[in-house]
Amino acid sequence: MRTIFAMTGLVMLAAASAAQAASTQADFDAAMAAATAADKEAAMLKNRWTPTEQALAAAKKAAAAGDFDTAVKDAQHAEALAKASIAQAKEQDTAWKAAVIH
Amino acid sequence: MLRVIAVLIAALWVAGACPAAAADTINPDADFKAFRDYFTKKFPKVPLNDFVNGPYSMDAGLRKQWEAIEDFPPYDFAVDRGKEMFGTPFKNGKTYGDCFANKGIGVRQNYPYFDEKSGEVITLELALNRCREANGEPPFSYVKDEMASLTAYMAFTSRGKLFDIKIPNDPRALAAYQNGEKYFYSRRGQLNFSCASCHVQSAGQHIRTEVLAPALGILAAMPIYRSEWGSMGTISRRFVTCNSQVRGVPLEPQDENYRDVEYYLSYMANGLPISGPGARP
Repeated sequence: MRTIFAMTGLVMLAAASAAQAASTQADFDAAMAAATAADKEAAMLKNRWTPTEQALAAAKKAAAAGDFDTAVKDAQHAEALAKASIAQAKEQDTAWKAAVIH
Repeated sequence: MLRVIAVLIAALWVAGACPAAAADTINPDADFKAFRDYFTKKFPKVPLNDFVNGPYSMDAGLRKQWEAIEDFPPYDFAVDRGKEMFGTPFKNGKTYGDCFANKGIGVRQNYPYFDEKSGEVITLELALNRCREANGEPPFSYVKDEMASLTAYMAFTSRGKLFDIKIPNDPRALAAYQNGEKYFYSRRGQLNFSCASCHVQSAGQHIRTEVLAPALGILAAMPIYRSEWGSMGTISRRFVTCNSQVRGVPLEPQDENYRDVEYYLSYMANGLPISGPGARP
């Protein structure tokens, strides 16, 4: 039983390491393209968030240093933030009326 | 029988639809009354004209500090500088006064206004830069320094005059007004705050050490010297920093949305006195 646990642990560690080591320039490019597209949509709605800018800058910095694991992670974070700001803008397009003083 | 049922259904549909339609109608006069009632009922001890003093109308301790500050106001240098700039001719010999009614003296209370020719809201800051450009001068930054000095002087010449913002009978003016109202009440930034979150729902409460000013009359003291900034700032600067504080990327100063929200807030302040330039913590 103990052997099974140990083997499972090793397999999980190996899988995690493989996943972390898997990020490449191409992965970063794809993640960055998705994040930038979402950020552009937020800009069109005039509803960008400052943390999105920060995450995009961090992703570029990590990619420039060759740390694609971090770069991909930051780009994905930026995309998630940009999508949240888009959702906020779309929701507020009508929701603001509920807050008006009557 | 079928016709009777159809008429009944139509009547019910109309009755149901009417409240929704009424809610969507743009009615600045009704908004004005509701806005004023909200603040005067929320703060019954605050005299109406005192709302223009922002946090000092909400907190006795702050008010004492402000009264002491007013002995040697930190905005004085800006008024002096603005006066000098205002009277100095451009290279073509004309002055700022040539661009404004009454030579620009005592006119702050009429800004912003809706320009029916261009179909847009014209703020005092925009009018000043357009005046410069029309006379062959480069525009100033909208947020501080020269622009703050010029608007400080113009506000000073208008002290005590009552906000008199008009919404002409023009659907574009009503649309600008409503866009300003929408901007004021829309949540933005990662913190998901609207202007109203702080200046309506939380007016008078503390945010860290600061007392949140009520939205009623909030622009009357502009431009202001803020201790936090260590310098003067314009209305543009105030909007930009508000957006940043809720983790939103600010718009360009004098973006249409900023001008429209200034139009909305100034209309809500109609009848209140100009108190600018001001000093704030």
